[in-house]
Amino acid sequence: MARFVIRRLLQSGVVLLGVTLVVFLLLQLVPGDPVRVALGTRFDPQTYEALRARAGLDQPLVAQYFNYLGRALTGDLGVSFRSGRPVTSIVLERLPATLSLAVTAVVFAMLIAFPLGVLSAIRSGSFIDHAARVFSQFGVSVPDFWMGIMGILLFAGVLGWLPPSGYVALTEDPARWASHVALPAATVGLVTASILTRFIRSSMLEVLSEDYVRTAEAKGLRTRVVVLRHVLRNALIPVVTVVAVQLASLLGGVIVIEVLFAWPGIGRLTYDAVQARDYPVLQGAVLLVAALFLLVNLLVDILYARLDPRITVR
Amino acid sequence: MSERQRGDRPVLAVEDLTVTIGTRRGPARAVAGVDWSVRAGETLALVGESGSGKSMSVLAATGLAPRSARVTGRVHLLGTELTGLPAERRRRMRGRHVGFVFQDPMTSLNPVLTVGRQVIEAAEEHLGLTRRAARARAVELLDLVGIPSAAERVDAYPHQFSGGMRQRVVIAMALACEPDLLIADEPTTALDVTTQAQIVELVADLQRRLGTAVVWITHDLGVVAGIADTVAVMYAGRILEQGPVDAVFADPSHPYTAALLAARPDPAAGGGDLVTIQGAPPSPLDLPAGCAFWPRCPVRGDARCEHELPPLAPVSADHHVRTFYPHQPDGGSR
Amino acid sequence: MSAGGEGGGDGQLRRALSALRHDPLALTGSAVLALLVVVGVAGSWLAPSGVNDVDVDRMLESPSWSHPFGTDELGRDVLSRVMVAARVSLQVGLVSVGIALVVGVTLGLFAGYYRGWLDNVLMRCMDVLFAFPVLLLAVAIVAVLGPGLLTAMIAIGVVYTPIFARVTRAGVLSVREQVFVRAAVSIGASDLRIMRRHVLPNIAAPLIVQTSLSLAFAILSEAALSFLGLGVQPPAPAWGRMLYDGRGFVTDAWWLGVFPGAAIFLTVLAFNLVGDALRDVLDPRQLTVSEARRSTA
Repeated sequence: MARFVIRRLLQSGVVLLGVTLVVFLLLQLVPGDPVRVALGTRFDPQTYEALRARAGLDQPLVAQYFNYLGRALTGDLGVSFRSGRPVTSIVLERLPATLSLAVTAVVFAMLIAFPLGVLSAIRSGSFIDHAARVFSQFGVSVPDFWMGIMGILLFAGVLGWLPPSGYVALTEDPARWASHVALPAATVGLVTASILTRFIRSSMLEVLSEDYVRTAEAKGLRTRVVVLRHVLRNALIPVVTVVAVQLASLLGGVIVIEVLFAWPGIGRLTYDAVQARDYPVLQGAVLLVAALFLLVNLLVDILYARLDPRITVR
Repeated sequence: MSERQRGDRPVLAVEDLTVTIGTRRGPARAVAGVDWSVRAGETLALVGESGSGKSMSVLAATGLAPRSARVTGRVHLLGTELTGLPAERRRRMRGRHVGFVFQDPMTSLNPVLTVGRQVIEAAEEHLGLTRRAARARAVELLDLVGIPSAAERVDAYPHQFSGGMRQRVVIAMALACEPDLLIADEPTTALDVTTQAQIVELVADLQRRLGTAVVWITHDLGVVAGIADTVAVMYAGRILEQGPVDAVFADPSHPYTAALLAARPDPAAGGGDLVTIQGAPPSPLDLPAGCAFWPRCPVRGDARCEHELPPLAPVSADHHVRTFYPHQPDGGSR
Repeated sequence: MSAGGEGGGDGQLRRALSALRHDPLALTGSAVLALLVVVGVAGSWLAPSGVNDVDVDRMLESPSWSHPFGTDELGRDVLSRVMVAARVSLQVGLVSVGIALVVGVTLGLFAGYYRGWLDNVLMRCMDVLFAFPVLLLAVAIVAVLGPGLLTAMIAIGVVYTPIFARVTRAGVLSVREQVFVRAAVSIGASDLRIMRRHVLPNIAAPLIVQTSLSLAFAILSEAALSFLGLGVQPPAPAWGRMLYDGRGFVTDAWWLGVFPGAAIFLTVLAFNLVGDALRDVLDPRQLTVSEARRSTA
């Protein structure tokens, strides 16, 4: 187990190094001089030189990368071209909004996907199975922002139950937070639920055809016990990974949904940085998201090893 | 010796059992009117090629047939009529009165539960054992089937056992509630030859000690001679020959049985020519009107064989055969 | 997987096509796709009005006989814009998946065939690309290259490359140990010839499936990028951009939200239906990597 964890840690470290390189190179891909592009009409030589020096652009490329890497390791991701504030704090400020949206969406998705996926596998061919398959096909095909717009049209426009957009911090006013998070979380959650439903269904069907399930039935166990103890436990091991990958990619900021609902999370920040050509902020957001993504994947693999006794021995 | 002696009343008896499975290409008749029974302390061997209906007849009798199967006929377990009983009642008989050992010990154990947990599950369900008692019983059972240092291995996972040891675990699992009947569905097929012999010996030994009735499903007549009391040879869903194992082996009256016996590798003969039967069994989707073995039959009677189903007729007191042309012992191949 | 080296791909393709003929869902999907191609090619001739015919007297008119999908905030005909925008979606989808397919298959083929350090380096690079949520990476690439049709295609192509590389590599690993490949090696066929004649046809099945499913995701990604203003630039119409522009009016003019979105949905659904049917026939056990990874970010 310890060796497995160490090996995965090393792998993640190597990938993270690659990620920093990609993020660093993003700035080099900007055609022309990124600082000049960013400043645009507000150009003034003094600010220009200061920003260039602060971004380290006056040095050779390799030195720039190692500087960037070194500072990134100490948590310094540079300063915004626009506000001059440190990128790290700008990005971290946006984390709670994204986190609360992502977690709500995933919880919502699991509440739908688990019963639907499990029932559709157990009653394969029944009405609920067909309904689940239509639902999951719908969910993987529908653009989330379109569903969001339809949600606004129905719940904010026609019914007037929910605000069309905006954000209130959870710590500030939980009730108003809930009314604001409902639409974006349901939108993201439905898409996530459709992916999960499909995955849970096929994982369940695979386990249901295993010999050990027949063995359990041959013991005369109740259907409930067979499903809960023998089928679910095996079927959910791979599902854990999918749930975590979904959560991780939502933590990356649901850019389009955050833009649509004016939700001030990482996704919205990325969008604003793109619009303003504020490249250090864009780099910082992308780096943080990728690091989070890697971290979640690492944790999942370790969890997976704990759930499946066969893995630790390999 | 056990308190359960050989009795006259059968532990499990099936009469006119028919299983039809709905498939995409129409109904497939997997079992077509089969009668057999097994008494306490006795071993019945169901012999046949794969697809002959030998496993399906047992699974259907105990309520384990696939959902698409339609089962008719009568099944008596310990004097209780099972057919027509709600699934819930049949479930309570399984594990409690009937234990199962399946073919492949690599896949018939749940990989994420400890063997102790799996061994004792049935007893928890049917006998209401407490956690503590259950654990002690699990160790006892593992010990009974010859797993070394059972007290330590009770918390191990299936992948930590070899194939033969896993099959011992499966047997322990089947015996958890001291069932009246043990159903062994090709329990040695997936094992190597030495392990096969050990498992056969283990089951025979447990049967002597516990007085359990055994239905041993196999395609291997070699195993049958050593352990069975009675044998039923199945082909395309029907029994072709049935009787005491000595009578059937000494005097195989159906050409199919004779061919199977001839095809058996004989260690005494020092590995002589392996005789095989030409052709393949008919599809269960399209069974012929007459004798299903007719197209492959070495005797090849007449048009009657092709169009008329031979009855299962006695050749001696307990020995029945389904053919118009019983194999003559004097002109036989033995 | 077919045992013969040559012609494996052809046989599988033929089998797949004949199976699709008997699947009502796949037939529906194919019909929608055929319609889409017609509209994509001939959209500007078929459209009832010009895409940029501004008519300030007819702003935000609800659907009528003269404007079946209504008009937008500049009085332009929504139906015409939806029709013409089909070309952009198809073009971006096809080109970006084409890029991902060619690059990904090449990388995966070399990695799986030669193994060793090359495999290690290439696959670690793919891991790095995999570490970013799909849309975030695409947005970042478009942001630095500058928004537009071409950069959107490149960005989506880059993002979907690792999936093709992984699927290809996994296929190559299982094929290269098979007898016919070893036989080809033993008679001294060149590596490139072996890859082209023996390996590729035998990993065609998962690649066909992955291509058709990736088209669905690529079109969704294009819609998202153009929603964010990073796709084809106005005044050229794009479905995603139409939704973005209309989102402020949607409570008063529902048609601005409904029709462009329905077009995206139907297109993606059609690709998914065909892709799922292909998977059922060709490769029922293929890991749904892209499904699991489809990011809503």
